[in-house]
Amino acid sequence: MLMGLFNYWIVVVLMMIGLYIVIAHGNLIKKIVGLTIFQTSVFIFYISMAKVDGGTAPILMANVSQYANPLPHVLILTAIVVGIATTALALALTIRIKEAYNSIEEESIQQQNKKQASVRDELDPRNDPY
Amino acid sequence: MALLVVIAIEIARLKDLFAVVMLIGIYGLVSASFFVVMDAVDVAFTEASVGAGISTLLMLVVISLTQRSEHPVRHRPFGALLVVMLTGGMLIYGTLDMPYVGAGDAPIHIHIAPRYLNDSMQEVGVANVVTAVLASYRAFDTFGELVVIFTAGVGVSALLMTVGRRGDKKPAVAINDSMHKQQLILRIVSKMMLPFIMLFAFYVQFHGDYGPGGGFQAGVIFAAAIILYTLLFGLTSARRVINQTVSQLVAAFGVLLYGSVGLVSLLNGGNFLDYNVLASNPIGGQHLGILLIELGVGITVASVMITIFFNFAGRKELQKSTSENKGT
Repeated sequence: MLMGLFNYWIVVVLMMIGLYIVIAHGNLIKKIVGLTIFQTSVFIFYISMAKVDGGTAPILMANVSQYANPLPHVLILTAIVVGIATTALALALTIRIKEAYNSIEEESIQQQNKKQASVRDELDPRNDPY
Repeated sequence: MALLVVIAIEIARLKDLFAVVMLIGIYGLVSASFFVVMDAVDVAFTEASVGAGISTLLMLVVISLTQRSEHPVRHRPFGALLVVMLTGGMLIYGTLDMPYVGAGDAPIHIHIAPRYLNDSMQEVGVANVVTAVLASYRAFDTFGELVVIFTAGVGVSALLMTVGRRGDKKPAVAINDSMHKQQLILRIVSKMMLPFIMLFAFYVQFHGDYGPGGGFQAGVIFAAAIILYTLLFGLTSARRVINQTVSQLVAAFGVLLYGSVGLVSLLNGGNFLDYNVLASNPIGGQHLGILLIELGVGITVASVMITIFFNFAGRKELQKSTSENKGT
């Protein structure tokens, strides 16, 4: 009877795959894809909760009395569109990072930052030992 | 469901970003079909057009702007795996207390959903309960979300704006023209389909009261039609059809329309976004209010998506023309 929780387990697995991609991959686009997977798993979680056995889509009709819960549907519907808008913003930032650093790999960006910081320290007169 | 996991694992493994983006499109489509199974038709509609359509396209543009393959080095994969396993284990332990999927007596179905399902016909008079909740009961939330979308559009424009820059006058000549001339079949077929896609968008927009649909979905579908046109006929000709500045203004107009409906209901003696006072009888007012704000949502979503895509594509043309200038 534990199969009733199967959906939630899938949600957890998907969420964790998304999280793993975000942590373990250095490529910024891959990270955004990971976030998308994470996000979708939350959508699936909400929609699974809204399901009622024997119910139908929440569009009122005569001679139907059992409907799925409409509230999670509303929340997720708007969340999807907001999600694509924010993803687009993240992608736009990625493009600017590519133009500034000529790379979208986290490590090479950090290296360049360090190099710049050390150059700045050398130029700073307060750090001058003489 | 298991299919989703397979796709996600494959996404995690692959290094070719092009394949990853294609898989994310498939992933969106599969999850949309899952939403249909779960009786969430409105959500499935949105996910199919957004997840499988627009987001795939945007990511494709971005990888063509940046790079196609991923650097092979991963940092701390074992540490990450450990964190992920621990969190996942705890979450699964947490689900053991959840009510089973589909149980009708779960707490979520007891509190407020019955009111929406039982009374919305008398109070709002709209058959699609999702639309009633979205546009009437929780209109204030939706307003906030619309503003978020608008802000994201403004942000993308601020980051990537190319129109009105100096040097834009010498046309960033339709670089892809030769390519576009070749795809004859694609061009003709999609030319025939475009009017139907747009007609369908309007149907979805105005039929949202009775069936699945509404401003969000219609906006995305309309934008998809424009983007299809851009893909096949080049950015320059698409900009001639829809001016980018105009589309930004129109996005602002949609938000304004939504807000003004709220203000008018305030002036008529109701609460903010209380449509009952908009017309002589409450149900008529509700219908009018929902129609207007769904229109506002549709307009804003469509023009923000178009603006975002134009910005991305314009950036690409700019990049190409500068690299060509360097070459000569």
